[in-house]
Amino acid sequence: MLEILKQPWPWYIAGPLIGLTVPALLILGNKSFGISSSLRHICAACLPANIPFFKYDWKKEAWNLFFVLGILLGGTITMHFLSNPEPVVVNPKLVSELAGYGITNFNNLVPEDIMNWSALLTVKGLLVMVLGGFLVGFGTRYAGGCTSGHAIMGLSNLQWPSLVATICFMIGGFLMANLILPQILSL
Amino acid sequence: MKTIMNNFKYLVVGVLFGVVFVKSEVISWFRIQEMFRLQSFHMYGIIGSAVIVGMISVWLIKKFNIKTIYGEKIELHPKTFNKGQIYGSLIFGFGWAITGACPGPLFAQIGTGATVIVVTLLSAIAGTWVYGLLRERLPH
Repeated sequence: MLEILKQPWPWYIAGPLIGLTVPALLILGNKSFGISSSLRHICAACLPANIPFFKYDWKKEAWNLFFVLGILLGGTITMHFLSNPEPVVVNPKLVSELAGYGITNFNNLVPEDIMNWSALLTVKGLLVMVLGGFLVGFGTRYAGGCTSGHAIMGLSNLQWPSLVATICFMIGGFLMANLILPQILSL
Repeated sequence: MKTIMNNFKYLVVGVLFGVVFVKSEVISWFRIQEMFRLQSFHMYGIIGSAVIVGMISVWLIKKFNIKTIYGEKIELHPKTFNKGQIYGSLIFGFGWAITGACPGPLFAQIGTGATVIVVTLLSAIAGTWVYGLLRERLPH
């Protein structure tokens, strides 16, 4: 049994489990599934700087911070007890494309060849880790949600603005991954 | 102390969610690259089936007027449209394809021991903060 759990889980197991987070949070306490709000609460708690957007009682939203802390712990628990020692199996076309950028280590969830502490102060490292993160935080808040809040929670509740957001997430991702990121990775 | 007791259940849901995230490779940078190159069905299957299960759940909650464990009526918040859902979403899409992570996976990746992702998370927090600062001047 444990051996099965250690294998990568197929989409038809993982997807429905992720979908069940929606009713779980609603039934446990009327919480709408959403993760990017946690970044706003962290700003409100640590550095509100008199900005109106961060002047609210973040403590009322503390559940969200517990939730993301749980996600972090879930990552740690999985690595210790359920980790799969094999490298991730992806499309051979991707493997050969990435080899062209010097990315050959598939052992971790992040590409260690470009995401590591010593790469942080290179132009490529700054663009990938620092600029990339900035765009995630800025964009999700500007959009009013991320993959969880819009694509999963919003679509579950049949909200058309969330469909617009989800389509735009994908357009942005396609443009970046196919047109701009190859230039960055070639640096 | 009361806050911790009340919120502990969300930590547990988060842990379970984090385990699924790692085991399904949703938080793998490589899987996200595959998705945006249409080289695998995996991520589409996950997001699609998650949405279907979520939709059925919300429909059942409304249909049978299911209450929370405290007996409260479940409230769903409608989303109102603004242009941020276009501009912001495109910007987030750029960031998602570069980092291979949306906000949830950033936390999970750090948990798996990818410590340098702390920098990416801090940068995402900074991005959120700058949005708050510029909010009034951005088109919505």
